[in-house]
Amino acid sequence: MSAIARLLRSPALQRFASLEFVLGAVLLIAIAGTVILSGWLLPDPTKISLSSRLVPPLVNAAHPLGTDALGRDILARVASGGWISLQVGFISVAGSVVLGVAMGLVAGYYRGIWDMILMRFADVQLALPFILLAITFVAIVGGSITNTIILLIVSQWVQYARLVRASVMSLREREFVLSARAIGVADRNIIMRHLLPNLLGPVVVLMTLNVANNILLESSLTFLGLGVDPSIPSWGGMLAEGRTYLQTAWWISVVPGLAILLTVLGLNLLGDWLRDLLDPTGRTSR
Amino acid sequence: MIGFILKRLLQAAFVVVAVSLVVAVAIRMTGDPALMISQGATNITEADLQRIREGLGLNEPFVVQYANSLIGLLTWNFGNSFVGGTPVNILISRALPATLMLAFTSLLLSIIISVPLGIRAAVSRGRWSDQLIRICSLVGLSFPNFWLATMLVLLFAVTFRLLPPSGMSGFESFIMPTLTMGIILTATNVRLVRTTMLETLNSQYIMVARAKGLSENKVLYKHALRNCAIPLITYFGLQFGGLLGGIVVIERVFNWPGMGTLAFDAVAARDYPVLQAVIMILSLMIVLVNLIVDIAYGFVDPRIRKE
Repeated sequence: MSAIARLLRSPALQRFASLEFVLGAVLLIAIAGTVILSGWLLPDPTKISLSSRLVPPLVNAAHPLGTDALGRDILARVASGGWISLQVGFISVAGSVVLGVAMGLVAGYYRGIWDMILMRFADVQLALPFILLAITFVAIVGGSITNTIILLIVSQWVQYARLVRASVMSLREREFVLSARAIGVADRNIIMRHLLPNLLGPVVVLMTLNVANNILLESSLTFLGLGVDPSIPSWGGMLAEGRTYLQTAWWISVVPGLAILLTVLGLNLLGDWLRDLLDPTGRTSR
Repeated sequence: MIGFILKRLLQAAFVVVAVSLVVAVAIRMTGDPALMISQGATNITEADLQRIREGLGLNEPFVVQYANSLIGLLTWNFGNSFVGGTPVNILISRALPATLMLAFTSLLLSIIISVPLGIRAAVSRGRWSDQLIRICSLVGLSFPNFWLATMLVLLFAVTFRLLPPSGMSGFESFIMPTLTMGIILTATNVRLVRTTMLETLNSQYIMVARAKGLSENKVLYKHALRNCAIPLITYFGLQFGGLLGGIVVIERVFNWPGMGTLAFDAVAARDYPVLQAVIMILSLMIVLVNLIVDIAYGFVDPRIRKE
């Protein structure tokens, strides 16, 4: 057997090249590519052209996915909406990770009062349905991209805190942490050098799945009129507009929905693959 | 056991009080109902607004209003709606069953589909049927619920004209909302059943059952499934909050006269008593379901009691 053939059959690569990884990567690269290139290649997503209203997909080469009720190009709008969704998805997850990991580390390592406050907070959060929290929150501060991100961070960071807390509580009793403490390593260094690197696996898995979930939540908020401003092209907003034209122009509702489905599916596939790779014990399994 | 139940009850009571406090404060930050009520009327003076607020009981100190709302929750008396003056408990008694029926039918549908599929996937672990079920469940997990709902409307109501597109009127109107939530729940539950079943199938009593020559079906459905039931019921209980949240969203698509519709109308009109009652009742139900699951789990599995 040649070296290359052996490499191709090695378990590491087999895992790496799993169906889930390939499908997920292809989907995400295609979507990210469309979003990034749309600025140069596609028409202005907000340009109204009443002479070409409600063009069906695959009929007019200038509008491959058709146009909406104001003659705006749907492909351009979907690509531009994708930028909003990806932005909200990634920024909100980054925010929740920073907040949640910090709180979880403190609570899990020091226990005591911080731990109690965190756990009771988590209980309260679990008892409040997200969408009702969102309705009230948006009634107070209004809907916008920034507010959507804040709302998502407020409602999601607890997941990271709980995950990190549970992992830290088991890690801090392990020999390498105990011996580090015995030779007098400062708490700060134990947390940064010994605990944090061991937490990365499950946290990264949760992050991937969370970006997917937050994109879903953002689009439902916008669909309900609680998220991104309707004048900005976004997937949820396009779906809300499309509902009026369900009888006559199905494509307005179908295309952005497919975009959400494929993006979220790509992220979920990657998250699943990462979980098999980084977190085989299944701390993040649902 | 008594200590365990008391501890859980205390925790649950704390959560309910904390949630009610957050909700009461947050709702009062959403805006002045007096302005909403007087919208459109001309010549409204500050004195008129004061009179409206007085009539709605909004001039009482916050502590009094909050205490009243807690007492209201205990006595199932939430005052009157600011809009139209209907007693809130009448509005709730119409909307809550509509939402709960949908939760029940969706959960039922998802259990009927996901239990056999999850067992199938676990038994054929790693083979193509397992892969297929896993990929399908990932696709299901990736569906935005409101879009799935819209697509069902497009298919069954607009194109084939088989089902009513919205409203709650008889058996047919339940089909599309139930399908929407059922499909999405099934996607999650298949994976839960599969994981739980895989763990159970690795245990020794399953080996014993097989060794003594029981048929595979008997091993699976009599021995393994029975032992999976407890963790699965826990997971289903934990899903209750997410399920209610999902229903609140798709109620908008189907114009379903449930708690979600009630909440959206209430927040638009700054109808404090209604919005507060909706959030509190749904939260209370989530807390209760989790409490029941916890306590039941404590009965079945003594290890849980002393953590």
